[in-house]
Amino acid sequence: MKSLTQTLQDKGNFIGFTVVGDPDFDHTVEYVVDMAQAGADVVELGIAFSDPSADGPTILSADQRALDNGSTTAKVFETVAKIRQKTDVPLVFLTYTNIVFKHGYEKFLAQMQAFDVQGIILPDLPLEEQGEFLALAKQYERDLIQLVTSQSGDRLPAILKNASGFVYVVSSLGITGTRQKLSNEANQLIEQIRQYSNISVAVGFGISQVEQARQFPAANAIIVGSAIVDIIAQHPHDAGPYLTEFIIKMKEAQNA
Amino acid sequence: MTNDQRYFGQYGGQFIPELLMPAVNEVAEAFHHYRQDPDFQSELKDLLINYANRPSLLYHAKNMSKDLGGAQIYLKREDLNHTGAHKINNVLGQALIAKKMGKTRLIAETGAGQHGVATATAAALFDMECEIFMGKEDTDRQALNVYRMELLGAKVNAVTTGTQVLKDAVNATFQDWTQRIDDTFYVLGSAVGPYPFPEMVKYFQSVISEEARQQFLDQTGRLPDAVLACVGGGSNAIGSFANFVDDPEVQLIGVEAAGKGVDTDQTAATMARGSIGIFHGMKSEFLQSSDGQIDPVYSISAGLDYPGIGPEHAYLRDIDRAQYVPATDDEAVEAFEYIAKQEGIIAAIESSHALAYAMKLAPTMRPDQQIMVTLSGRGDKDVAAIARYKGVDLHE
Ligand SMILES: Cc1ncc(COP(=O)(O)O)c(C=O)c1O
Repeated sequence: MKSLTQTLQDKGNFIGFTVVGDPDFDHTVEYVVDMAQAGADVVELGIAFSDPSADGPTILSADQRALDNGSTTAKVFETVAKIRQKTDVPLVFLTYTNIVFKHGYEKFLAQMQAFDVQGIILPDLPLEEQGEFLALAKQYERDLIQLVTSQSGDRLPAILKNASGFVYVVSSLGITGTRQKLSNEANQLIEQIRQYSNISVAVGFGISQVEQARQFPAANAIIVGSAIVDIIAQHPHDAGPYLTEFIIKMKEAQNA
Repeated sequence: MTNDQRYFGQYGGQFIPELLMPAVNEVAEAFHHYRQDPDFQSELKDLLINYANRPSLLYHAKNMSKDLGGAQIYLKREDLNHTGAHKINNVLGQALIAKKMGKTRLIAETGAGQHGVATATAAALFDMECEIFMGKEDTDRQALNVYRMELLGAKVNAVTTGTQVLKDAVNATFQDWTQRIDDTFYVLGSAVGPYPFPEMVKYFQSVISEEARQQFLDQTGRLPDAVLACVGGGSNAIGSFANFVDDPEVQLIGVEAAGKGVDTDQTAATMARGSIGIFHGMKSEFLQSSDGQIDPVYSISAGLDYPGIGPEHAYLRDIDRAQYVPATDDEAVEAFEYIAKQEGIIAAIESSHALAYAMKLAPTMRPDQQIMVTLSGRGDKDVAAIARYKGVDLHE
């Protein structure tokens, strides 16, 4: 099996995000398949949390819709099983540490392995607190995706030491949500990362437009979250064609 | 880092985004530096004495003691501090650190509004910009404190996400911090959050028990048999406990808000009903579903309406050094009215939870025993809400 770093090795990859259970669990299965067919190289599945502190209003609302629909960790894995019957697109989770902690780190990682979810992003599990989870993640051959920001500075080497799968470069300060303008700063961060490691790098936070897809030529991938959540919110029951059109357009821009 | 306290047993830690880690670690370094800096210490002491009106009184509530017919009750009068609550102790400490770090903007969450008022006050005093985040529901039930903060020059943001109370205000304040790190200091209002906040808030609130310990020795010749304080996040309680923790003969009791009752879902009694989890930057006890979703909570008291508790309290309970008991809305309101009539003191509805338990405990003890109750704040802010609760129609 290919590692995430191998999957994302070339430039111009696209990672799409959706919250499991938004607008409902069956549509999540459908939209993941649609995204994969449209060219998403990895799909990031959000597990809803009551208090998603790194997320802006768009994803917060999606989490709330999923919780109203009865999202639980068990339900999420059930949905992943259905996704796996239809596509082998590489999957990673995004959720908050408490969800994984309450399930039990080991049990959660074992299920990730069983259902073929390769990695997980936990925005509230920084370097200082990763020890226990990371040791188990290695044991179950899962990737704990590391986040790097413009603030990381001299923390970078230690973060990269813990990194596998890919590194998530946070494009801008603040929380998730689409932004009119993004700085190019992330490209310099990527250069810095390359001095220490060959790991694939994905840039995310705020990317929603074609021009922004072109903005990070140094990255192996871009991650698009809120813009996809917005499309699903606008077309809850027939988002497929809109998602396809959006992803094709973004990938074309990246590879232009 | 120094011999700091990142964990209390299994509780504590720093469960926050990478984006904030450098900022939070910078605060930790500054805290450890300034706590050992004699200039900082003398500046803070001067502010506590000459601005905040410390030391606060230890008052023997003779009427109550006699009426309840048991232990002697002593009130640690944090309600007499400038701005009317214990919150100012912590705020002056943190704001002074912020100023020394060169920060020019203070942000804070607030529940009842007392911490927001204290932060706005310090910002005015130090000529700093100030923004307060307060759940929409709390801006409604504590409207007077909103206006007070605005008078002091702060901008008050009503938080409309989530359950629109204290926990959502904390989320919003952390989010604001991630958007503006360079010039901003988050003055966290309780002994919660990522390290160093639980330790730092305790450090600044320990003045309560540092004074009280000496006052008991001076006034009664011995230590109290029990120390009671209400617990929201746990700052006035940890400050009340700190200098008695090493005196095993002093019972330490935290009183949390049971709302409509610990067996209902209208409660904020974290210790009675919670389980271990990771939220708001810390591993501690939380009211949550078995799946890890944080529960909506309820209490008549905006300051105790919080689904978690500071990590050191969870630890003190685990090692059997402190115990935590619930008091309902009804019991707190009864205590609120009782102390007003008995002692001529209008206490905060938060503090009235601690009083409610004192009213149960005192009669089970002997008259030669003594209880300290921390009166964490004054109740002016609560008068209108209590009138509503009692069905009284007020017009101003
Ligand atoms: C008067 C008063 N007491 C107590 C509290 C609860 O906070 P803590 O548990 O941190 O002391 C508050 C919080 O707003 C308060 O205003």
